[in-house]
Amino acid sequence: MDLKLIKKRSDYEWVIEPSGKMTVPAIIYADEALIEAMDEKVRQQAVNVASLPGIVKASFAMPDAHWGYGFPIGGVAAFDPDMGGVVSAGGVGFDIACGVRTVTTGLSIDDVEPLKEHLADLLAHRIPAGLGSRGKLHLNIKQMDEVLAGGARWAVDRGYGTKQDLLRVEEQGAVAGAKPDCVSDHAKKRQEDEVGTLGSGNHYMEVQKVIEIFDEKIARAFGIAVGQITVSIHCGSRGLGHQIGTEYLKKMTAAAAESGIELPERELACAPINSRVGQEYLGAMRAGINCALANRQVLTHLLREVFADMLPKAELKLLYDVSHNTCKEELHNVNGQRKRLFVHRKGATRAFGPGDSTLPAELREVGQPVLIGGTMGTASYILVGTNESMSLSFGSSCHGAGRSMSRNEATRRWHGKDVVRNLAEQGILIRSPSFRGVAEEAPGAYKDVSEVVEVSHQAKLSRKVAKLVPLVCIKG
Amino acid sequence: MTNKTKHKCWEHFPHKADIGIRGAGATKEQAFEQAAVALTAVITEPEKVAPKQKVEITCQADDDELLLADWLNSLLYEMATRKMLFSRFEVRIEQSHLSATAWGEKLDVSKHLPTTEVKAATYAELNVRQEQDGTWIAQCVVDV
Repeated sequence: MDLKLIKKRSDYEWVIEPSGKMTVPAIIYADEALIEAMDEKVRQQAVNVASLPGIVKASFAMPDAHWGYGFPIGGVAAFDPDMGGVVSAGGVGFDIACGVRTVTTGLSIDDVEPLKEHLADLLAHRIPAGLGSRGKLHLNIKQMDEVLAGGARWAVDRGYGTKQDLLRVEEQGAVAGAKPDCVSDHAKKRQEDEVGTLGSGNHYMEVQKVIEIFDEKIARAFGIAVGQITVSIHCGSRGLGHQIGTEYLKKMTAAAAESGIELPERELACAPINSRVGQEYLGAMRAGINCALANRQVLTHLLREVFADMLPKAELKLLYDVSHNTCKEELHNVNGQRKRLFVHRKGATRAFGPGDSTLPAELREVGQPVLIGGTMGTASYILVGTNESMSLSFGSSCHGAGRSMSRNEATRRWHGKDVVRNLAEQGILIRSPSFRGVAEEAPGAYKDVSEVVEVSHQAKLSRKVAKLVPLVCIKG
Repeated sequence: MTNKTKHKCWEHFPHKADIGIRGAGATKEQAFEQAAVALTAVITEPEKVAPKQKVEITCQADDDELLLADWLNSLLYEMATRKMLFSRFEVRIEQSHLSATAWGEKLDVSKHLPTTEVKAATYAELNVRQEQDGTWIAQCVVDV
């Protein structure tokens, strides 16, 4: 990015003042190295978002921001329905409520290391991953409606998890206001065999080891310590979410024109929150969120079955489940007033600070866990929301490493087999149905997740709690 | 595309997070067909997909670009719900209406070795145009 086009406000904050159609500034949280490496498209897209009707305060980009669709990936923007604010299907993306959940196991590395190969094989066998895989559940449209209304609660009611799990899922397992009627039969049909599947691309299930704790007190509250084994799941709402995103993007293209909203690019298609299409999308998108929560809950059940068979002394407790592609109705302080806003997080993680009333009682004192997935060869991080992030970014932080090169370039540089072999030499076992898929997701194709996390920490968007490294990665 | 001829062909173009697909041909219809081959090539080698079974697809949109996105998204829907891959396409376009036949076969993981699922054809870099030499181009970025 050309640093001449952007003003440095502090070591970690860069501003583009409003000009042209922008009604608010664009603010990028990054250090100099990250901002220099950041795509010029991020600046353009953050500027475009700053021109949408009813945007409040600023259009934000997180330290891992990269070129997205309409919104940058790593974009955060809040809209006020009373000021003509909009909701955007592109601002949520095609993988509604894609997110990360992390479970603790109570096991140490000594328990897992001798069984690692066997564990990798059994997980690869039992966890449906990659194109063409099917879940164990086949759901008709009526059953799908129950999933879309009930989210993780639907799954727990059917024996896929415990009531305790639900306390550790955003929205206690199901977001309110989901309207299965606003989801097409096509979307439901596309999902019929996909509840309890991982998907492909950058989605994974990973067995990890905690190697470093940055904040002892919070790590204790989260139930994590050095040497312990955790498992993280990264996936979303599968075919249902993709179809909702696709259909509403088209509907919003027409709705924006009807509302007289000029779109700088078509992917920014949006509709006023207080409009028929806006409300229908919110109902459908929330159904998509619940689908993702149910999906990760069923995957957790499959994971527990594997551990029960292989390592019966393990006790898999859900640490937290947080989505990073959403639009959420939230209360925020704006100019001394408490406002009801619709906060889009596209590749950004909610990061609510201590004391937030929506957090479960046992986490309220410390703040919300922020789960950041890295690549299969590097590290993942657990952070915690801060009070500062509430005023900096509507309580949002980064979501991952962010790609640094295209998939084409990655497959030119690496062969999947070599990537798998090199990682095995480092003690990281990869199981994937596709070597080309592994090459596309090679660790070198991503930015340094540690740098992104460090900048998020320094910028006070969230605070570092623990660093995890992969032992086994099931790639979709 | 190796050269700017009117021959039908396809290619992928880079996007930071995802993949761009581009089809070209002597007609708009051919460009749409080639864009569909490029879509399949994101998932597997199109040569590996035998055109054994045919599926009829129709869609409608306000302009060529939205029609292209709709066409590719309709294919993605058929792939996902029929658990099929497609390799041969015949597209007919009349104003805002597209009707097409796609030939393919059931997905066989061991035969097709699919790399990744495509979530959607997006409006990013979405473009349908005729070059000065008459070649039609149809392109967009797909989310994987």
